[in-house]
This record gives sequence, C-alpha cells and structure tokens, in this order.
Amino acid sequence: MIHNFVLYLVRKFFYLIMDPEKVKDLILNEIPDAHVEVIDTTGTKDHFSAIVISDLFIGKTMVQQHQIVYKALGRFLTNEIHALQLKTLPKDQWAKENS
Amino acid sequence: MSLKEEIINDINSNQIMLFMKGTPDMPQCGFSNAVVQALNHYGVEYNSTNVLADPDIRIKLSEFSNWPTIPQLFVNGKLIGGADITMELHNNGQLLDILDSAGEKTE
Repeated sequence: MIHNFVLYLVRKFFYLIMDPEKVKDLILNEIPDAHVEVIDTTGTKDHFSAIVISDLFIGKTMVQQHQIVYKALGRFLTNEIHALQLKTLPKDQWAKENS
Repeated sequence: MSLKEEIINDINSNQIMLFMKGTPDMPQCGFSNAVVQALNHYGVEYNSTNVLADPDIRIKLSEFSNWPTIPQLFVNGKLIGGADITMELHNNGQLLDILDSAGEKTE
C-alpha cells in the first residue's frame, strides 16, 4: 500500500502522470505569451482538451498551429497523454468568436 | 518499397487519404470515427489505412507528417489535419471546398 503510494509520487514527480496543470506548463514553456486552458475530459489524467490562444499563431495554418503545441508536449503526447482535443487561435480571433 | 515509401506513396497517389484507427466500416476510436462521418457526409471517395494493423505504420507516418496523433487526413498529398481541424473545417464550411479540390492540380 505504502509502496504503491511512493511509486505514485515518484511517477507524478517525473511527469509520468499528467494533470491539466502540467499540460498547461508544458505549453507555456514553449509559448510563454499564450493563454491556455486545459481540462481533463475523462477524469483519468490521460485525455485532455485544451484551448491555446496566442499571437504566435498569426499567419500560420491550423496544421502549423497544432504542430507548435504538439512540439511543446513532445514525447508526453501519445505516451502519458493518450488524446488531446485541441483548439488554437490568435487573440483577435478569440475576441471575435467571444464578442 | 519500404514501409515509409509505401505510406508516402499512399498519400501521394490517393486524392483523399485517411490514416485511422480501425476501418471506415468499423472505426476503433471516436476521433477516427468523427472524420469518417464527415467524409461520408460529403459522399466523397477516399482510401484509408488502419494504423492498428501494424504499430510501425504510425511511427513512420508521424515521422513523415510531423503529426503525432491519429487520425490524419490528407488531400492532394497535403496534411489537412487530425480530427479537431477536420471538424472545425467541417463546421465552418471550408471542408467541402478542400474535398472539392481533390484531384485538381495544386501548386
């Protein structure tokens, strides 16, 4: 029992267990100016949904925008993160969609 | 032909090519199913590869496309996106134009 808990803490420390805050941190490391919202869609810490708003996306195709976020998540995506629903957009477009 | 060459050949020789989990008749993942439903909605013909058939397909495909997740939709040899982008294009009406362009020469 205690052994399992220690193992859990070790895995958590080394990011082997994800949570929305860690996903957000990883994205912010790559895109510091971004506004990022992440939710755990299944409550199992491996399926997430993220909205990333940044002016870094201006002039880039949607494929390129998603590739930037995928790069930020690196090897965690498909390993610890099994699925990521992603929406990326520049700030002005976000403002337009939410006005 | 190596596996990677086969994948690239599939992408370039099929106007609409979908890499998915499962088959169009029996998708094995909700995201793959979403793209299948969108393509079926427009009634377009497309070819598909089931990445679950061989784990190496996904590895080689992602190396080539610089896209880590499945599904991946290609039109005229160009990556359109995964499920999120495909559904966004479907919802804003741009997907029809993209699928219509299949077969046309693009620069």
